Order: sequence, then C-alpha cells, then structure tokens
Amino acid sequence: MNIAKPNSYRSGPDERGHFGIFGGRFVAETLMPLILDLEKAYSAAKADPAFQAEMNGYLKNYVGRPSPLYFAERLTEHLGGAKIYLKREELNHTGSHKVNNVLGQIMLARRMGKKRIIAETGAGQHGVATATLCARFGLECVVYMGAVDVERQQPNVIRMEMLGATVVPVQSGTRTLKDAMNEALRDWVTNVHDTFYCIGTVAGPHPYPTLVRDFQSIIGVETKTQMQEVEGRLPDSLVACIGGGSNAMGLFHPFLDDPSVEIFGVEAAGHGLTQLHAASIAGGRPGVLHGNRTYLLMDADGQIQDAHSISAGLDYPGIGPEHSWLHEVGRVNYLSATDDEALAAFQLLSKLEGIIPALEPAHAIAKVMELAPKRAKDHLMVVNLSGRGDKDVPQVGDILKGKSK
Amino acid sequence: MTTRIDTRFAELKKQGRAAFVTYVMAGDPDPATSLEIVKALSKSGAEIIELGIPFTDPMADGPSIQAAGLRALKVGMTLKKTLDLVRDFRKEDNITPLVLMGYYNPIYIYGVDRFLADAKASGVDGLIIVDLPPEEDDELCIPALKAGLNFIRLATPTTDDKRLPAVLANTSGFVYYVSIAGITGAAAADSNTVGQAVARIKQHTKLPICVGFGIRTPEAARAIAEKADGSVVGTALVDALKNSLDAEGRATAKTVNAVAELTAALAQGVRAAKQAAE
Repeated sequence: MNIAKPNSYRSGPDERGHFGIFGGRFVAETLMPLILDLEKAYSAAKADPAFQAEMNGYLKNYVGRPSPLYFAERLTEHLGGAKIYLKREELNHTGSHKVNNVLGQIMLARRMGKKRIIAETGAGQHGVATATLCARFGLECVVYMGAVDVERQQPNVIRMEMLGATVVPVQSGTRTLKDAMNEALRDWVTNVHDTFYCIGTVAGPHPYPTLVRDFQSIIGVETKTQMQEVEGRLPDSLVACIGGGSNAMGLFHPFLDDPSVEIFGVEAAGHGLTQLHAASIAGGRPGVLHGNRTYLLMDADGQIQDAHSISAGLDYPGIGPEHSWLHEVGRVNYLSATDDEALAAFQLLSKLEGIIPALEPAHAIAKVMELAPKRAKDHLMVVNLSGRGDKDVPQVGDILKGKSK
Repeated sequence: MTTRIDTRFAELKKQGRAAFVTYVMAGDPDPATSLEIVKALSKSGAEIIELGIPFTDPMADGPSIQAAGLRALKVGMTLKKTLDLVRDFRKEDNITPLVLMGYYNPIYIYGVDRFLADAKASGVDGLIIVDLPPEEDDELCIPALKAGLNFIRLATPTTDDKRLPAVLANTSGFVYYVSIAGITGAAAADSNTVGQAVARIKQHTKLPICVGFGIRTPEAARAIAEKADGSVVGTALVDALKNSLDAEGRATAKTVNAVAELTAALAQGVRAAKQAAE
C-alpha cells in the first residue's frame, strides 16, 4: 500500500477528527451542535488537573486500578514459546475494561450538566459499566441492546436492571449491536437537550473515537510501567481482540511509537471468513456508518451486512476508525479467530490458569496459541484479558453440551 | 444555474402560495409500483418529490420509514435502480422537481463523481443527505453544487443563530427545516413554534424554507403552509402505502390509489393556505 508513514502514530486525529481518510463527523444536523459542545467540554476537562485527579481517585478506589499484569506460567509452558502476560482488565469493577471509558464519559456528562445517560451494548459489558456509574452518580440510564443479545447475555441484562437501568430490547434490523447503536442515535436525536450518549467503543463521530481511546489508554500506560518493573524492558508483542476496538486501542496506543513492539489485533471470524463473520478489516472496505468512515462489512450497493460472532461484544460490522488507519499504514497486524478457535481458547485458559475469560478476549487468546509457540522463550507477549467470562457461562455451557451429544 | 426546484419556487412565489412536498421510499413496495406511485404523486398535486434512497441503517428515521427501506431492499432495490426509477419518471414528467433523500454510504460506495453524473443525467435536481453536516461539505456537497445539483440542508431546532450561517453557506434550492428534534414520523410540529423558527432562519437566507417531520394531515399541512414556503409530508404517505399492502407486504390494486388519494387531500390542505395567506 502506498501510504506515507507518519512521523508519529500517536498524533491523530486532525482537528476535523480524521485519521487519514477515516473518522470524521457523519451525523444529522440535530446532533452537530452537541458534538461540538462535547469536543469543547472534553478539551477543557483534559486541561483541568482537578478532572484528572478526581478520575484517578475513582479509578483507584472504585474501579480497583491498577489492574495486575500477570505472568501466565502454565499457558506459557503449554505453548512452549513466548513468555505470556495477561493484563487483567477482567478484575476491574463490573468485570471488564469498559468501566475505564464509562467513568471518564460520566464525569464529562456531569461537567456538561446532563442528567440522562443512554448507551448501546452488545455483550452487555458496556451497558453494565454504564448502569453501574449511573447508579453511583444518581443519573437516569437507558441501555439499548439488540433483542438477540438480550437473549444470549441474560446475566448482564439482569445485572443492568438491578442497577436501576432501563434495558430496551431493539427489534429492528438484525437485532444486534449495530441496531442497538442506531436506536441509541435515534433516542439521542430526540432527547438531545438533556441526554448524554455514552458510546462504548472507539467509534462514532469525532470526538468519541479519541476520548474513548484516551480513557482506555490507562491499560497500555500501566502495562508499560508494570513490564518495566517485572522485566526491565518493553514487551515484544501485544495481542487484543477487536469488535469496535476499545480494549485494543487502550493497550496499543501508548506503544504505537515503540517500533520494537509487534502489535496484533484479533477480529472475530465467526463461522470463517468465507462465511458469516464480523471481521471488518479482513472482509470489509471503507464506508460510512454511525458517524465515521471506517472499514465496514457491506454489499456492492453499500448496504450494511449482518455480522456474526459467537461473542455478542464482537458482533458488529465495523471497527473504530483509528484501527482502520493503523491497518492502512501497516503499524498493527489485524488477524482473526473463528468461533471454534475462541471456544477452544476459552476452555484452555479456564483449565490452565483458573481464569474463565469472556468470549471476546478468548479470540485474542486463540491467536496467542498460534503466535506464542513461534516466538523465542525470552519474547515477552502481553494479551489484554479485557473481560471475565461469567456472562458467557450459560451460553458456552449450552454449546459444549450440544457438541458432546 | 437554475434547477427545476428554483423554477418551481419562482412560479409558486408569483402565485403567492407554499409548495407541497412529498416523500416516498424508492422501490417500496416494489420498483414498478414505486414508479407508478411517484407518477401519481405529481398528478395528485405534489409540487416537489423527495425520493428516499433505501439504506439498511437509517439513523434519523422512525419505524415507518425504516420498514419502507427494508421492504425496498428485500425486493432488491439499489441506488442504481433508484436512478433508473427517476429516469423512467422523467420520460413522463420533465417539470416536477425531484430530490433524492438518504444516507451517504450508498453514494460513497457508488462513487461520488459517477453518482453525480448519473443523477444529473437521470433528472435528479437535488440531494438531501442526512448524515452530511457542513463539517463534511468536501465529501459530496461541494462536488454536487459543481455538478449542477442543489444540495438541500436540514436546519433543526438545535441549529442556533451562531451555527445557521455555516449550515446555510452551501445550501441551495431550499432549506429543509426539521420541525422537531427527533426522527421522522415522531411528534407533531406546533405551527406557532415553527413560524418563529422560519422567521429566524429567514433573517439569514433568501432561500425558500420548507418544513417537515410530524406533518400528517391536510389541516397540519395547511397550518405549516401558512408559516413556511412549503410543507413536507413523508411518514403519513408511507403509512398509507403500507396499509394498502397484502399480508406478505406486496402491492395490491389499492396501493397506488391509497397514496394518490392522501396526496390529493394534503395538496388541498396546502392550497387552502393560499387563501388564508391572502
């Protein structure tokens, strides 16, 4: 690809929210004034030490950060290559990395005087994190969730309701994450005067991809320090799963300008890349949806296609715009793992390390199983364990029972 | 450059009345019936026709227009077939202005330059692309204006006086004022509030201002036509169409008439406003 290499991979986006050709602000006029307000509010908050200090307090004492960087000794032994470290985001309050971003956005919403929070959710992890912080700060919370996902992620639905949120099952379109996002945008257009849209991933109109990335970058910042403490140097490779790509961007971004660090993003290949899948980079091309230009799964007429993944959190036909750019400039390698590979990894990590991962990071573990054996024993590989598997236990249990029959 | 839209508004201004603007989805419930419906619109009193481009993810549309788009996609409607429909309509009617309304992705994938050339050749007069605010004018707005098409922008209750100049800067043909913060087919517009908003926008532009979202009846269309340069009705027509379909969502003998009759009644409402204004 003939794309000029930038001086830094960390300088984006430009003032119009573009990462190369990706990103932008493709939204209805009704939302534009609010998006411009949000951009201003975020710039002001970033420059305000009090904002950062307050956030650090909650990150430490409410979320439970820093999350550990754990040496997975038995997995390393089993695979017989690279030394594998797990960044334990699943130990955060609410069970995933999602809370890092939600905390930041809820604090922004409070600064902006918004009393009503809406969110979309796929697996329910972002919904649970949003419901949790809305409970903590006494804000009204409405979560849009595809009806298919409501079905397969029941534990998280119950959790959100216990936290006082209203969960709206979305019956339109494919009834998954993409449709939940459409419905959240429709709510936002209607209630723009008092409502803050808490987007769960590094996608959507500018400035969302940037602010979500910034709030998630604590993952990579901590990893850098922790690896320095344990091994005295940078890791050699990073691996993370990607739906929209917020846990991956959070881990990757602080390392983008460290050329010795190999970076791997893992998309969901579903039934396989020639069949139904959710791998936008492997199987898609640039298009415009949900406020940004990015790689999307679509047909020849530009109609968005159904994604499929065993993991509700990766079941989305797009990816964050900065990932699209990092793919085109060649800084990050984007791989993919199938449903079956993810299931195998889910079981392996559970049995070897006593850690039941969510199906989302199980996709990352699946690629670690391929990459690690090919690396030297002194190669340091970090995988982002972005969420815990409690929510997936009923679904995986059913699938495994079905398979053993 | 003068488009059919400019010509039509000049005529209406001479007659001292507002335009009746209709919206239907291209290809709903099938391409052949859709063409007959578009022809019937102009014969029943529609003065400007907005034709929806079907899209899988219409973020600013309510359930009725979402469903209309899905009906069209189900029978294989595409952007190319939408342009074919316009070309066929133009064989009969070379006067009624026709505006394509939709979302950017199908156009982006078709290719902007190729789309603009084909749209112009088919007889399209203008574009309303919901997810292209002025911040993204380089994408399609500027090329469309160069290609001789009107680019009609939406102004909304959240577009304040500070922002209006940016919204109006590259707008041509007319301004589409969205009467409510919301999606198509939602709440009804209050004509007094609309009147104030139209007066506010008029301080910034000489362009005609048409008002849509939430107008469903001849009475409402008339009330708005007394305050603005045009009343836009979409969801009510799409609902009339839908109610005429069989259980499988296919056209029946009643379909074209159902849309035509409501169009005629709404057109009468808008025309009645002429007397009220005089």
